[in-house]
Amino acid sequence: MTDVEETTATLPLARKCPFSPPPEYETLREESPISRVGLPSGQTAWALTRLEDIREMLSSPHFSSDRRNPSFPLLVARPVRSEDDSFRPSLIGMDPPEHSQARRDVVGEFTVKRMKALQPRIQQIVDEHIDALLAGPKPADLVQALSLPVPSLVICELLGVPYADHDFFQSCSSRMLNREVSPEERQTAFEGLRNYLDDLVTKKEANATEDDLLGRQILKQRESGEADHGELVGLAFLLLIAGHETTANMISLGTVTLLENPDQLAKIKADPDKTLAAIEELLRVFTIAESATSRFATADVEIGGTLIRAGEGVIGLSNAGNHDPAGFENPDTFDIERGARHHVAFGFGVHQCLGQNLARLELQIVFDTLFRRVPGIRIAVPVDELPFKHDSTIYGLHALPVTW
Amino acid sequence: MKIIADTGKCVGAGQCVLTDPDLFDQNEDDGTVLLLNAEPEGEEAEENARTAVHICPGQALSLA
Repeated sequence: MTDVEETTATLPLARKCPFSPPPEYETLREESPISRVGLPSGQTAWALTRLEDIREMLSSPHFSSDRRNPSFPLLVARPVRSEDDSFRPSLIGMDPPEHSQARRDVVGEFTVKRMKALQPRIQQIVDEHIDALLAGPKPADLVQALSLPVPSLVICELLGVPYADHDFFQSCSSRMLNREVSPEERQTAFEGLRNYLDDLVTKKEANATEDDLLGRQILKQRESGEADHGELVGLAFLLLIAGHETTANMISLGTVTLLENPDQLAKIKADPDKTLAAIEELLRVFTIAESATSRFATADVEIGGTLIRAGEGVIGLSNAGNHDPAGFENPDTFDIERGARHHVAFGFGVHQCLGQNLARLELQIVFDTLFRRVPGIRIAVPVDELPFKHDSTIYGLHALPVTW
Repeated sequence: MKIIADTGKCVGAGQCVLTDPDLFDQNEDDGTVLLLNAEPEGEEAEENARTAVHICPGQALSLA
């Protein structure tokens, strides 16, 4: 017996081509689809690379999302332990049955119909930003001009967070998501944002209205007699970060990909009904939030013929699953018409992304409006010089210089 | 073909509504699935029902 466990790779693996998953995923899937891997936290975990295994794991009741548990596999160095436990885990860190109730309390805010009702306001926000882009100097950075402010403004208005504070919370979240910052700096960014939202929720509790999601949740809690300040701060934290970083990066990556694939872009321009299908394909191809599908086993359970023991960490490499030829024919081809709706870019199981339909709507309005109103848009530097976010937990682009 | 929905398992993702709004809707309060038509007829509606079952993240839908 030896203390050193044999691992096949250390995660996270780097993308070699900015538009493709790390090449090792294919080798892993073919040779060892459920394999032991090392993590920067010093932990070892199981990595899953087949679509069906990932779906099975994510829908099994025997895997936990509790990020505070030492068994939870982390793709960054261990955080500095905080003595302050007033910060309750948000949805993403809860398990059923606690999670089921908490999700049910808020999911009515994100139904397909509720999202559609936001369409005119999102269109207005997109139009105003494109007006400003067209009136400004060339080249412009599309990340700062459009990708980041649109979803930030939308989630701020939905939640009831003052957009005037966006520099602060965007800086906190980008430091928290950057894999290269020290655990101390990550902790400082985390505490800064938590304290900000703690104050904001306290203020709202003093004057709660039906005008925004946080106010509505406060009123709902009062009605049920189960006021829980910590849970609301956790919810605000999750929705604010998840609501702007992810969509912002998909807007930038999608714009580059469509510009690099003019035949596919032409199909959308000719028939905007195809935009939603293109968005599904973009979500599949990039799968920008891969570590969201990390769990640990709470019982001995067999997945895809491999026994995973209670307490062992598991990472569903959703980007590998979304390029599994068993799930998607010619997976490395970008084809907006493939019908890729069974991808796991938003996860699968009870934690599947709460804001996915808001993300779809924002992407749809942005792509339709951008390519209609700025038909001559092009990338202002060679694509291989673009600053892709190889250093972030959420993949994307730091900047996107465009001209027209 | 008959669609069966288990609202206890539903996580309110709305994937079924996006697949076929003639077959599925969501409860306004908690986002859970509402069956508008449990017995789809015709090739397209049946195919949509199968897709909705396959992509349902809570595995709340099944066919009988």
